[in-house]
Amino acid sequence: MKIKSLFVGLAAALIATASFAERGSDGNVSIIYWQAPSILNPYLSSGTKDIESSSMIIEPLGRYTETGALVPYLAEEIPTVENGGVSSDLMSITWKLKKGLKWSDGSAVTSADVKFTADYCMHPEGGCAQLAKFDGVTSVSTPDERTIVVKFSAPKPNPYGPFMGGQSPIIQKKQFENCMGAKAPNCTDANFGPIGTGPFVVTEFKPNDVIQMKANDNYRDPSKPAFATVTFKGGGDATAAGRSVLETGEFDYAWNLQLAPEVIANMEKAGKGIAIAGFGPLVERLEMNLTDPSPDLDANTRATRKAPHPFLTDINVRKALSMAIDRTLLVEIGYGKAGDVTCDLVPAPDLYAAKNDYCMKQDIAGANALLESAGWKKGSDGIRAKDGVKLSILYQTSTNAVRQDFQALIKDWWQQIGVETELRNLNASVFFGGDPGSPDTFQKFYADVEMYANTFDGTDPQNYLSMYRCGNEPKPESQWQGENINRYCDPAYDALLDELSATGDLKKRGEIGIKLNNMLTKDSYTIVPLVHRGRVSAHAKSLGGVVLNTWDSELWNVADWYRIK
Amino acid sequence: MLSFISRRLLISIPTLIVISLVIFLLLNLAPNDPMAQVPLTVPPEVKQKMREALGLGQPLYIQFLKWLIQFFWIEPQVFIDYLFDTSFSEGKQRVISWQTRSPVMDIIVQRMPQTLWVVGMSYVVGILIAIPIGIYSAYKQYSVFDQVGTFVTMIGYSVPPFFTGVFVIVIFSVQLGWLPSIYDTTHSVVDWETFKIQLKQMVMPVMVLALQTTAMINRFMRATMLDNLNQDYVRTARAKGLSEWTVVMIHVLRNSMIPVITVIALNVPAIFGGAIITEQVFKVNGIGQQLIGAIYANDLPTVQTITFMFAVLIVLFNLLADIIYGILDPRIRYD
Repeated sequence: MKIKSLFVGLAAALIATASFAERGSDGNVSIIYWQAPSILNPYLSSGTKDIESSSMIIEPLGRYTETGALVPYLAEEIPTVENGGVSSDLMSITWKLKKGLKWSDGSAVTSADVKFTADYCMHPEGGCAQLAKFDGVTSVSTPDERTIVVKFSAPKPNPYGPFMGGQSPIIQKKQFENCMGAKAPNCTDANFGPIGTGPFVVTEFKPNDVIQMKANDNYRDPSKPAFATVTFKGGGDATAAGRSVLETGEFDYAWNLQLAPEVIANMEKAGKGIAIAGFGPLVERLEMNLTDPSPDLDANTRATRKAPHPFLTDINVRKALSMAIDRTLLVEIGYGKAGDVTCDLVPAPDLYAAKNDYCMKQDIAGANALLESAGWKKGSDGIRAKDGVKLSILYQTSTNAVRQDFQALIKDWWQQIGVETELRNLNASVFFGGDPGSPDTFQKFYADVEMYANTFDGTDPQNYLSMYRCGNEPKPESQWQGENINRYCDPAYDALLDELSATGDLKKRGEIGIKLNNMLTKDSYTIVPLVHRGRVSAHAKSLGGVVLNTWDSELWNVADWYRIK
Repeated sequence: MLSFISRRLLISIPTLIVISLVIFLLLNLAPNDPMAQVPLTVPPEVKQKMREALGLGQPLYIQFLKWLIQFFWIEPQVFIDYLFDTSFSEGKQRVISWQTRSPVMDIIVQRMPQTLWVVGMSYVVGILIAIPIGIYSAYKQYSVFDQVGTFVTMIGYSVPPFFTGVFVIVIFSVQLGWLPSIYDTTHSVVDWETFKIQLKQMVMPVMVLALQTTAMINRFMRATMLDNLNQDYVRTARAKGLSEWTVVMIHVLRNSMIPVITVIALNVPAIFGGAIITEQVFKVNGIGQQLIGAIYANDLPTVQTITFMFAVLIVLFNLLADIIYGILDPRIRYD
């Protein structure tokens, strides 16, 4: 009996493998992104929709897996200091292409294509959206057909900027040769139908609407992809996308369902699909303004380091504001399974995560006591004040249902500790648009507290933490560009950043990263993290092989997808 | 008549130029940034380079002149090239969308058929339903039919398509599963079966839009019919012993159609404009969806071009309505 069932199991397993072991045997797969792809060249657009849709067609040398580990794609292996791929002085990295790689048009992939990709993006007139990936690159050379050496101007502890991850795929030299610099937009055909090495090739691209693809005959794994064709639909809204996968079953995969937790749960009840969540380093946080945003100040002083904030410079106030917040409730209301309470600016990957727990519990009484002992006394109106300065806060964020719920709740908690709050929300395209003429951008920060989410690319937070370097704050002299939104300035922090950028040892980097994270959060409450946000996507029950990846394109392993029969 | 038309056409040239300037200034003076959608992980210097690559660094008047030349000089050349296989426009910079980095006109041309099919069809359907109901409602004023008709059209008029659209999706796609909730824009009609599929996916958007048209035109039809039914000439016609059919359908209807036709003509540009909300709800890849997408992405060249084309159509159809007026009503003379 046992042997019989073993055989039955074996036979079933064989049939199962056979059913997806042939290229193009599983028909059509349909994917819906509620933001529609506009272009299939990630070097001309940094929109997630464009990067992820093109990731099915063009590929980088290596990708990040769902755990944030590095895995080779077009490269034979990931170069490291141990295997000699990265020089011991961290000044160069040597990639080696796999043998026998072919473009979808049948020609060979060579190191010249890789070098061309770098030249294309680094062209001074191109306006390349991924230029940051090539930061510090001094030269790219090709000693032979399959070898690429990238040299940096300074030691790069994290040399995986160029050619790694969905933002930096390899494009074909032959196709893009005449599209360099200012000519880039004239190459509509190339931008809409790049020749790639990925599992699929474009058959028709309707911008901002739909992409039709078919399996790439020259894909390096002869048994993949299982699907013969792909319909990639874009546009609409997250609700409609979720509905089409979870309720009507018209589509197989829906990306990034930013919906209220109970809406998704209700849709799932229809039984057609499954919602899946994945966590990257995206954190919804409150940013404290350390400078004075008062409109009475002149434009060159307002919200700059010349004018310190009247009360947010007091750490006790910042700490009390953080203590008053019930993050568990925020997660429950706003994100459900797509969120987690966090007290860190860098909540992931594990190596850099401090895993602090100082903010897990709400403590209104404690916050009140702290303010009391710091000399902030309640007035007759219930608002605390000291030396004539009232704790009255203007709290701004972008217009978004969840964020407005958060604002209302936090306002109420702050009321309970004697802090008066005025709420303000701004259209996202104004708030996040860097128009130096607008008073309402998040960079200008003409408010006391603001809330938004931010994250970093890849798995290394060095650039992310470097945003808070002294001098990197938005200011009139820099046309209000800059990333140190809080105007934080601590020489010790800057010194530690310098140490990080000269350290190659991963363990050591992790330790420094955690220290830096703590300086901004636990030790100074400059940044008050609220929610570690994940991403929820949905797939049909009949779609197999989906692994949600937040470190790279969500469609990173689309070659492995198959139809469950 | 001819001199009237040519005079009107000449006046519309400065009008359109002023309109294009106003649109351009409104778009440029409003606080917006095409880089607003770019993730925060992209450093500001890179964003600045991207803006420069889009031509944003140039002074406003140069940007405007460039657009004028591209729209009025280069795009017509492209059209001529397309018609006669010539090569006037080769190597010239066309109006380029910031989102797709491809010519705006190509996308408009690609999307126009869907808009004309769905929105145009709904317009025709709406008119075909509205006119008979309007006539009968007026003829039997205050009857049960009239009351129900008034009620339904009032609902149609006041309930917005983002409600009715989602409402019919929930009923017919989610609950009953009869119709697709997402318009398949890659579908092409080759035989009877594919025609049926096309019909199925068009039913909901067309009916949702037709509800609005029906409501509006039905109200006009009923009102003008009522005006005419009480006129002396109707009494005369009846006294002559003409049949009710002839009185209502020939004498009254013809006279009542004049204002209704004007309303219909004036609303034709709206067909080309697409139905922003309905197209978005059903994911029809029409002009309306393109416009709203471009507004979200701060893609000014696209917004500017589409809005300006609406302006041209509105000016043209206003003129057309005036001419039809003159033809239908011999008392109106423009000379």
